[in-house]
Amino acid sequence: MKLKSKDLLGLQGMSKQEIDLILDTAVSFKEILERPIRKVPTLRGLTVVNLFYEASTRTRISFELAEKRLSADLVNFSANTSSVQKGETLKDTVRNIEAMKIDMVVVRHSASGAPHFIANCVDSSVINAGDGAHEHPTQALLDLLTLREKYKSLKGLRVVIVGDILHSRVARSNIWGLSTMGAEVAVCGPPTLMPYEMEKMGVEVFFDLDKALEGRDVVMGLRIQLERQKGGLLPSLREYTNLFGITKDRLKRLNKNFTIMHPGPINRGIEITPEVADGPYSVILGQVTNGVAVRMAILYLLSGGEKKVE
Amino acid sequence: MSEEYDLILAGGKVIDPASGLSKIGDIYIKGKKIAKIEAKNLLDSKRSKKSKDDRIIDASGKIVTPGLIDMHVHLREPGREDEETIYTGSQAAAAGGFTCICCMPNTEPPIDDQESVNFVYEKARKALCKVFCVGAATKGLNGEELTEMADLKEAGAVAVSDDGKPISNSRIMRNALDYSRMLGWPVISHCEDLDLSSGGVMNESYTSTLLGLPGIPSLAEEIMVSRDLRLAEFTGGRVHIAHVSTRGSVELIRAAKKKGVKITSEATPHHFSLTDEIIKTFNTNARVNPPLRTQKDVEEIKKGLRDGTIDCIATDHAPHSIEEKDVEFGAAPPGMVGLETALGLVITELVNKKILSWEEAVAKMTVNPARILNLNLGRIEVGGSADLTVVDPKTSWTVDISQFKSKSKNSPFEGRKLTGRAWMTIVDGKIVHRL
Repeated sequence: MKLKSKDLLGLQGMSKQEIDLILDTAVSFKEILERPIRKVPTLRGLTVVNLFYEASTRTRISFELAEKRLSADLVNFSANTSSVQKGETLKDTVRNIEAMKIDMVVVRHSASGAPHFIANCVDSSVINAGDGAHEHPTQALLDLLTLREKYKSLKGLRVVIVGDILHSRVARSNIWGLSTMGAEVAVCGPPTLMPYEMEKMGVEVFFDLDKALEGRDVVMGLRIQLERQKGGLLPSLREYTNLFGITKDRLKRLNKNFTIMHPGPINRGIEITPEVADGPYSVILGQVTNGVAVRMAILYLLSGGEKKVE
Repeated sequence: MSEEYDLILAGGKVIDPASGLSKIGDIYIKGKKIAKIEAKNLLDSKRSKKSKDDRIIDASGKIVTPGLIDMHVHLREPGREDEETIYTGSQAAAAGGFTCICCMPNTEPPIDDQESVNFVYEKARKALCKVFCVGAATKGLNGEELTEMADLKEAGAVAVSDDGKPISNSRIMRNALDYSRMLGWPVISHCEDLDLSSGGVMNESYTSTLLGLPGIPSLAEEIMVSRDLRLAEFTGGRVHIAHVSTRGSVELIRAAKKKGVKITSEATPHHFSLTDEIIKTFNTNARVNPPLRTQKDVEEIKKGLRDGTIDCIATDHAPHSIEEKDVEFGAAPPGMVGLETALGLVITELVNKKILSWEEAVAKMTVNPARILNLNLGRIEVGGSADLTVVDPKTSWTVDISQFKSKSKNSPFEGRKLTGRAWMTIVDGKIVHRL
């Protein structure tokens, strides 16, 4: 089996079979990461460009490592050291890069739809590493892998995503991915950070964290940004923490064998207390490890590889 | 045929909403005027020597209407002649069946004094159709100081507007409505609460939720519509609401009209034929302000067109260069061209779907805008301007932007199949477009 599209732009519309394929492939690659020599020649001769128009630590390093582990050649681009400063358009930038003969583009951009725009401009495979508030498919896939490792099946798993849903691409991709895999998803946050007609995405919406946590298996915290206060969406981070901070005390409401997740970077003490973030039920660092394996799987599958990995 | 006519449109179905005429007839044109209208088909009696005389145009099977008027276009001259000029805009108008267009003042520099109005009219002398100028309501479109409206009127402007943006300051809007009363002018209002729309690039809806694009709520428009109709009621001034896009706006205008407030309104073809769902492909040609809304808004606009809440159909023709539109969705400027697709959309979406009768549709593109702007146009009458549009109501065609006369091609209707099109456009007795 292969993936249907040449690109990975989002999880909306992706089938369960395709997600399973990516996760199964990631499991094989994860095994490679445990070896003494963590490198395979799978993508030797292929060139990947990492186009980062927006700051990123985790995702960027994770993609770079995934590319290196697979022996791909890679080129890094960041918006602040490029011709973007001279006014070059996104289209010109990517077409010029493609003219230098490349095979894949990994893109992070603050504009929703930028990877779709790029996919229309170039023949190379495009991987969305986060676009605006739209999607962040590789993050959601690594979250799915992390949950699958712990719970075996995601069917019926009760997940709540807490925080700034309005601006979160992680929330959107996870809602699609988790729902497709059979999980039951809820979101929780203040109404000013909840998008219009959110429930139409098939999720239950809560403004009260204690109610949202009742009987859940998984809590996924999202980063809350200081700018939201300036934009008039929140009166203060202090009040946000009081209402929506994930504290140890609140975890009582969860089911046994619960899990705490966060895509990072964490604002310790704001959306989640250090005690919870570092607690035994937290898989936050496991998520990061799985990120490399999932990205290796995606690079491999989009390069034309089929499931078997030796 | 007698020598005293220059052109005869023979045997078309003549629809003139102003006089209620709606039957087969011949229209005789002499010079720039309509000389005679006869309720018969000249060609029936002359079948044998048909087409011998090239002054006789066989319009049988066609619909002859007063020349179409578009009271809301952006022609980009002066300032962005790379996107459109008054001349190329008039070519697009003629191709779309329009004999008269009214250009908005948000050029660079804006049309806000006699000199700039004169510039437009000087350029318009070469245009294929009639071009009227809407002057700025405030100096430099700054929303702070009224323009010299009497001066603008003397130079030939037909209304005032800061279109492209709202007059946010309610006191200035009140003053504009008050001041324009003595000129008999409407103030054309672009209704948008800039605080509510701030940062938005599309309608706030389930689609914006899916796409993660910042939304513009419908109430950014409705709050301003509500304000403007209260101001119009209070001052007795005339307000014309441009490009109505939401269900709530239609309801507000309907209620105000019932109360007798001097309020008129227009809707664009894109707001009655598209929803924001087409943005799912991030097509920047679908970015427009006010944004494309939802199906319920589209339905209410159609209802408003049918019950007379919405007086006219105007395109808000807004040319943008390919370079400006070929970018990430949020980075593209809002606006779409409309002159060459409007008539086909009206016929396909409104007439053929029984939302409007032919007579109603034609009224909304001829006599209604003419009345709002006090133009002595928009009707078929002996002695009146020979501005006529001959419509082929049956022809099926596919929108092909490469065929547009407009300098800009930013249309979301590319590839759309439409029925009905301008077959011939006549301005002052002269054929300016022929299919």
